[in-house]
Amino acid sequence: MPSLKDLKNKITSIKNTRKITKAMQMVAAAKLRRAQEAAEAGRPYAERMNAVMAGLSASVGTSSSAPRLLAGTGEDKVHLLVVMTAERGLCGGFNSSIVRMARLQANKLLAEGKTVKILTVGKKGREQLKRDFASHFIGHVDLSEVKRVGYAQAQGISRDILARFDAGEFDVATLFFNRFQSVISQVPTAQQVIPAQFDAEDAGDSVALYDYEPSEEGILADLLPRGVATQVFTALLENGASEQGARMSAMDNATRNAGDMIDKYTTIYNRSRQAAITKELIEIISGAEAL
Amino acid sequence: MAATLQFDLVSPEKRLASFQAVEVQIPGANGDMTAMEGHAATITTLRPGILKAVGTDKTLAFAVTGGFAEINAAGISVLAEQAVPVEDLSGTVLDGMIDQARELAAVALPEDKDDAEKLVQDMMALRQHASH
Repeated sequence: MPSLKDLKNKITSIKNTRKITKAMQMVAAAKLRRAQEAAEAGRPYAERMNAVMAGLSASVGTSSSAPRLLAGTGEDKVHLLVVMTAERGLCGGFNSSIVRMARLQANKLLAEGKTVKILTVGKKGREQLKRDFASHFIGHVDLSEVKRVGYAQAQGISRDILARFDAGEFDVATLFFNRFQSVISQVPTAQQVIPAQFDAEDAGDSVALYDYEPSEEGILADLLPRGVATQVFTALLENGASEQGARMSAMDNATRNAGDMIDKYTTIYNRSRQAAITKELIEIISGAEAL
Repeated sequence: MAATLQFDLVSPEKRLASFQAVEVQIPGANGDMTAMEGHAATITTLRPGILKAVGTDKTLAFAVTGGFAEINAAGISVLAEQAVPVEDLSGTVLDGMIDQARELAAVALPEDKDDAEKLVQDMMALRQHASH
């Protein structure tokens, strides 16, 4: 049976924890709004980009002169997994859900006898994957110093990926990130970026009617690397919004749990206090009766 | 009143401009072109230069570093990798861009070297143009 003082200390400590989680929740809420705005602002560019590239690749894709970024290397041996996670924890299952998905994929590829290489973005994912896949790591992008993810970071990452592709280090590249759906739901997503894949319906209509300057192939060769950067950027933005959303709901839960615990311990505290008073009274009364 | 076309300028980070323009001057990869209402549907890549949109009541100019423009019956949308309003364009901003381009040119693969060098030259031309 803990003493009254212990209980009181415990309650104070939980109250402090609740203050912290409450503050974190509010910070996450503010950041979430900004992240969501950023994700929405980036959407028109990504959509137009995809539509144009889908149209182009539909007309060029079948020819033998198609760029390697679109047609692939013709092999399917070495896979690059770009695992994008947060730099910080305390955001519920956000990091683990991405890592779980990446791990499943890696194990599946390894079982098929393929080579897996992993590029991590964000240190949480790296820490979680280190135990099983440390030997597959080929690089890490640290964004902990970056306050606001910009296109420049996405360009940096995509440049790294493209350089490795040009050097023949891998055949297929896949991005792993969380797609933001709502504050309570983030969907872990795997998106193949090299060779580029497009939904047929993105192609839009009457694409074939355009004049191209320079040639279709020239434009496509120019656009594909930009497309990789755009996809990385979209993934970073979606991830940013998801992280804040996940953190917000995790901290909301934590705040509520702390409240429940405070109630529980306050009840115990009051009962013990009452018991102590009753005990003292009984002692006094039985002492008086004994006289 | 002159016929207008819908003009949109978007960068990866945000939508920079969207209004009815009378004419839009684009620094196309193969040379400058001006798009007006009824222009043939065209997709062109951009070289670094000044993009100028003349509206009925305002004229906006942006320095763009690359990307592409799509002209169709609905209007013209320019997807610029980086776009800075000319008013905000100072020597330091440009120098930053030029340095970036130089760095890229330095590490470019042999077959991309010419393109990267050309980018630097285009940037320098832009710098010269802006300083006047």
